[in-house]
Amino acid sequence: MKKPVVELKLPIIPNMELIATQTAEVISRHMNLTDDQNSEISMAIIEACINAFEHSKVENNVFIHFIIEEASLVIKVIDQGIGFDKTNVEIPKIENKIGTNERKRGWGLQLIQELMDSVEFESNEEGTTVTMKKNINK
Amino acid sequence: MSSFITSIKENNSIIIIETNGYLNNTGGEAISEIVYEKIDQGHTKFLINMGNTKIVNSIGVSILIEIIEKLQSVDGKLGYYNLAPIVSKTFTIMGLTKYSTLFESEELAVNEI
Repeated sequence: MKKPVVELKLPIIPNMELIATQTAEVISRHMNLTDDQNSEISMAIIEACINAFEHSKVENNVFIHFIIEEASLVIKVIDQGIGFDKTNVEIPKIENKIGTNERKRGWGLQLIQELMDSVEFESNEEGTTVTMKKNINK
Repeated sequence: MSSFITSIKENNSIIIIETNGYLNNTGGEAISEIVYEKIDQGHTKFLINMGNTKIVNSIGVSILIEIIEKLQSVDGKLGYYNLAPIVSKTFTIMGLTKYSTLFESEELAVNEI
């Protein structure tokens, strides 16, 4: 049977990521996810959207697909921007940021990885897809 | 005052800032504007009541890191209370709990900061 999918198309406008969190909340409720799981999904979506808005240099839209599976919710955040090389992204440490000239930002990927059960990045010069999964029974 | 900041009060020389809504870049900047102004007036201890801020992003929280850094230069302190679980978890992942303090209530925060 085909898996149910909810698709969103977000314009690059400040705070549009909150539309995705509202959609995630409805889907989480449908899937009987806990409040904590819903909050973690929302936070991960916010960070993935911000990365897409800011770093992809995309000027049109970011696409979000919510794929409802039997034992998990899979979320794909897709942009058609310039892509990035994950091996060039350092794991941030607050110790390196306080009292130094290092920029204080750059936490998005770390947060997504900590909050979701699995995360995959596919990126090339035609865009980036972040695939995040939250398992129901975890 | 930004609509993100709903009140600023002083208790025992501690500045308490109450927020409402999404802590993003503009929310973070609204907090930092107040904190820096109060630092210039000689205050060094700050608490943020985040009971009505259920959602944050890493850009807004990064501005709190800038505030922590600024407070270190005046031997100051920053604390928070009434945090939603996801906000608390985000602060922990980002390491803010190493340099600032999460409290259960305003009473505990005012007594212990």
